[in-house]
Amino acid sequence: MMNDLLHSQPGWYNAAVFFVMGAVLLLVVLGFVTYAILAERKVLGFIQLRPGPNRVGGKLGLLQTVADVFKLLIKEDTIPKLADKPLFILAPVLAFSPAFMVLAVMPFTEHVQFADLGVGLLYYVGISGISTIGILIGGWASNNKYSLLGGMRAAAQMISYEIPLVISVVGVILFAGSLNLTDIVEGQKNVAYIFLSPIGFFVFLIASIAELNRTPFDLPEAESELVAGYHVEYSGFRFAFFMLSEYVYLFAMASLTTVLFLGGWNPIPFLEFIPGAVWFALKFSIVVFFMIWIRGTLPRLRADQLMEFAWKVLLPLALLNIFLSAAVKELFLK
Amino acid sequence: MELYHFYQNNYLIVAVFLLLGILLPAAALTLGKILRPYKPVKEKYTTYESGIEPFQQSWVQFNVRYYLFALLFVIFDVETVFLYPWAVAYEELGIFALIEMGIFVVLLTLGLLYAWKKKVLKWN
Repeated sequence: MMNDLLHSQPGWYNAAVFFVMGAVLLLVVLGFVTYAILAERKVLGFIQLRPGPNRVGGKLGLLQTVADVFKLLIKEDTIPKLADKPLFILAPVLAFSPAFMVLAVMPFTEHVQFADLGVGLLYYVGISGISTIGILIGGWASNNKYSLLGGMRAAAQMISYEIPLVISVVGVILFAGSLNLTDIVEGQKNVAYIFLSPIGFFVFLIASIAELNRTPFDLPEAESELVAGYHVEYSGFRFAFFMLSEYVYLFAMASLTTVLFLGGWNPIPFLEFIPGAVWFALKFSIVVFFMIWIRGTLPRLRADQLMEFAWKVLLPLALLNIFLSAAVKELFLK
Repeated sequence: MELYHFYQNNYLIVAVFLLLGILLPAAALTLGKILRPYKPVKEKYTTYESGIEPFQQSWVQFNVRYYLFALLFVIFDVETVFLYPWAVAYEELGIFALIEMGIFVVLLTLGLLYAWKKKVLKWN
């Protein structure tokens, strides 16, 4: 049905159908965020030998995040007198909207996909860069020293790690010969790109954790030095939107890792009878779990180590990976 | 014509996602406005500064090193703009373009090494 719709004359009917489907995806993503936060707290709890949330919603704390969201919803909203009010209000929206927009091109299975853009990967990279501006504006508009520092750090970190991130995927584009994410998954029918470009995967994974501002790269919101970083002055639901965009990006980034390197919905040999959606969910969950695991294991980096690591280690590795990938393609894929 | 519609529909989806991305914050904040209390007290609207009276604005001149990193970012991001089309068309372009791209990347790496030696990458 989706295919017929995509090939029909665009109009209000199409827009309405897309709107409903997009809203369903939005609900799925919000559900994911709710339980990803709980899972993160639970896993961190187990890593640190404590039970984690276990009061609201039974022993597993199943309603903990729901309760947290409602708490945020009924919190008083304060905007500091000295803040730049229009920008202060704009910033959370500017941070959140791109996080959801990038999901438009994500192919979840062969049939569950929204926009099938030819430049899918470029679209993802381009749109996700806008969030940096949202965070920078949020830090600046608060007119608070902590948040300005946090915002500046976040911007410096995100642009520094964006370079290795975007260059490390050149190998994948080389193999697939396309920027379209569906084509990239189709290209991994026989072998996933993680095996063809392991260095690219390594750089991509590290850079993506840094892009998500997660531990060990969570300097923009280092609690012990900056209080909370760029969102110090935000309260209630405006704060919630910064958190939400972080976790929506976790969803998007884990999906992108699955699509680019782990073969998307393609099954492991001999297990073809399991449907593609299950494979995607499985690989996706492994990536998310890995990111939580990293958070529970590694301490935070120092600011100078963080910046130098991006430029002096990851960038040369990513550049090297381009030519290694070209060599692999010449030797094995021809 | 068919392909043109396909193209338009895909960007229509992108537009719908943009709309949804703006609608959700707008709707949630409007709903919150009805639910949340509003009891303004002067102290609530002062800037947070670990419990002391805030002094001076925070909009001051900032360290120049952020600007240098922004410049480096622009250089390498533009490089990516050249790398992506090359990678897509790699099969048609062949070995010769690979060598050309190698020269291009080496030139940029020299620039990176220069910045490295000039201690631009140092964060202190």
